Amino acid sequence: MKQFLIFVKKEWLHIWRDRRTLFILIWMPIVQIILYGFALTNEVKNSNIAIFDQSQDQASTTISKEIAASRYFNLVKNVHSDQDIGATFRQGKIRMAVVFPVNFRYDLLHSNHAQIQLIADASDPNTANTLTNYASSIINDYQQSLNQNEQLPYTIKTQVRMLYNPELKGAYSFVPGVMALVLMLVCTMMTSIAIVKEKEMGTMEVILVSPLKPFRIIIAKAVPYLFVSLLNIVSILLLSVYVLDVPIVGSIWLLMTESTLFTITSLSLGILISNSAKTQQTAMFIAMMSLFLPTLLFSGFMFPIENMPLPMQIISNVVPSKWFYIIIKDIMIKGLGFTSVWKETLILVGMTMTLLGISIYKFKIRLA
Amino acid sequence: MEKVITAKNLTKKFGSFIAVDNINFEVEKGEIFGFLGANGAGKTTAMRMLCGLLLPTSGQATVAGFDVYKQNEQIKKNIGYMSQKFSMYEDLTISENIRFYGGIYGLSNDRIKEKTAQLIKQLHLEGQEKTLVKALPLGWKQKLAFSIAIVHEPAIVFLDEPTGGVDPITRREFWGLIYEASARGITIFVTTHYMDEAEYCNRVSIMVDGRIDALDTPANLMKDYSADSMDEVFLHLARKAVRTGD
Ligand SMILES: Nc1ncnc2c1ncn2[C@@H]1O[C@H](COP(=O)(O)OP(=O)(O)OP(=O)(O)O)[C@@H](O)[C@H]1O
Ligand SMILES: [Mg+2]
Repeated sequence: MKQFLIFVKKEWLHIWRDRRTLFILIWMPIVQIILYGFALTNEVKNSNIAIFDQSQDQASTTISKEIAASRYFNLVKNVHSDQDIGATFRQGKIRMAVVFPVNFRYDLLHSNHAQIQLIADASDPNTANTLTNYASSIINDYQQSLNQNEQLPYTIKTQVRMLYNPELKGAYSFVPGVMALVLMLVCTMMTSIAIVKEKEMGTMEVILVSPLKPFRIIIAKAVPYLFVSLLNIVSILLLSVYVLDVPIVGSIWLLMTESTLFTITSLSLGILISNSAKTQQTAMFIAMMSLFLPTLLFSGFMFPIENMPLPMQIISNVVPSKWFYIIIKDIMIKGLGFTSVWKETLILVGMTMTLLGISIYKFKIRLA
Repeated sequence: MEKVITAKNLTKKFGSFIAVDNINFEVEKGEIFGFLGANGAGKTTAMRMLCGLLLPTSGQATVAGFDVYKQNEQIKKNIGYMSQKFSMYEDLTISENIRFYGGIYGLSNDRIKEKTAQLIKQLHLEGQEKTLVKALPLGWKQKLAFSIAIVHEPAIVFLDEPTGGVDPITRREFWGLIYEASARGITIFVTTHYMDEAEYCNRVSIMVDGRIDALDTPANLMKDYSADSMDEVFLHLARKAVRTGD
């Protein structure tokens, strides 16, 4: 145990002395998150909108006026056809369109309910969400004012349509995605480089001649990066809550536990890579090719897996980050508990055990 | 005398290439055994088999009485090793390197402190404990690496070209350290290219193309080959070599 701790300490000294790398490791996720955060937090004041009023009755004009008068919205156009709406969106003139159906007031008064459609440009999902929420609440206010003097309540249903990005992928999917990428980078790439570096320097030979158990060498190399990763997770989560307004709906402890699990998966991958790589460049290259790209492609945070051809969908199943991404999204954004993610967790545990097993088994005690 | 290293028909093949070809020798306790040979002769490969870094293709070998095939763990506890590549951590300080290597050999903290003080004094590095190893001149690094390789007082120390690339004065100082260690009973197994160093050894073996072509005391070898120096002996033998190294 003491030998193990001495090794961990030495490993930590390497990281500590290489301040530049440490600096990058700690700041990279922060910068990524902040950059994205700034790209997202557009002012939601005076957003340009269009109104397509097919009814032109007293109710629809009242609501239109209130929406136009709100400080959140700026009515730039009254459109007169569905095609016109599409064209105006494509020209980038508006962020939202409000559509009243024909006979809006008639339906409302005679059948007691009517519909308004809100169409938003969801390429910026945060803004789209906010805008439709504001509009809905204005409509809601109108509905309540109607109902004050009536016994039978009127209901106006708002139907929201998100254009371009119907699943509202954005910060909500970006945060889990960045977490997966950063953990891969720190754990997989850095550990494989750290091990291969010792081979390159020739110090590995000396360590292998010492009575240290290979298993302990591997674990000791990985431990400091585990800590750096945990630090990264914490900073990403803090930023996503306080800068991006992406709340952690589910249990934070479950989130941390699952992240630690994924960290260990990534570490074992790194160790595995270090077995076959002879130079630091090779290690980096393999890490890039075998992890970075698959993580981007197959984790589902950039490109929806459902839309991929079947062979690709099958391949995506062996990419650990895919499962991690699902887990994090479920816990963080949907607020689901362990009972909902146990299957994915089990898959990750299985992958980790297999990878760790193979990498320890294959870690060369001898040089050849 | 007690034999601390024995090799019988020890062979290592890489594919069809025979790097070490049926070598036989014994090293006695406390001896300084020189392992000579031109580039690519197979010195490092032979040494790696003895240290447990490479599995022999065939033949037998024991180190400190333990079998290289089966008793790897015991061998490791009894040897020190200085690899041909430089074997300290450049980004660690002198005392951190000592602490690390002492630590992985299971030395107690007190013992490590004691050893550190002793090494610093012996190598005249007072006040430089906190210097990063990369800032040291090569000669100092090598002396330090040697001292660290024997920090746990092993029975045998394997040195693979420990003095490559330094001036004769520093090499002489290095050999001073080797003699001190030898006087304490540590067996020295050393490879070298420098023939003046060969003359410092109790016995030397000369490898040519993976085989051991000569093995005796330097004096006897010079007599056998009617040479005036080990240099001449070596040239005489190495001329036959087919391999040119890599
Ligand atoms: N892992 C390996 N795979 C294939 N060939 C190898 C391997 N290691 C060494 N060799 C070859 O075996 C031969 C002996 O190499 P070795 O390193 O033992 O020589 P050496 O006597 O130590 O040389 P030098 O003085 O240059 O250090 C060389 O031709 C080398 O290319
Ligand atoms: Mg060599």
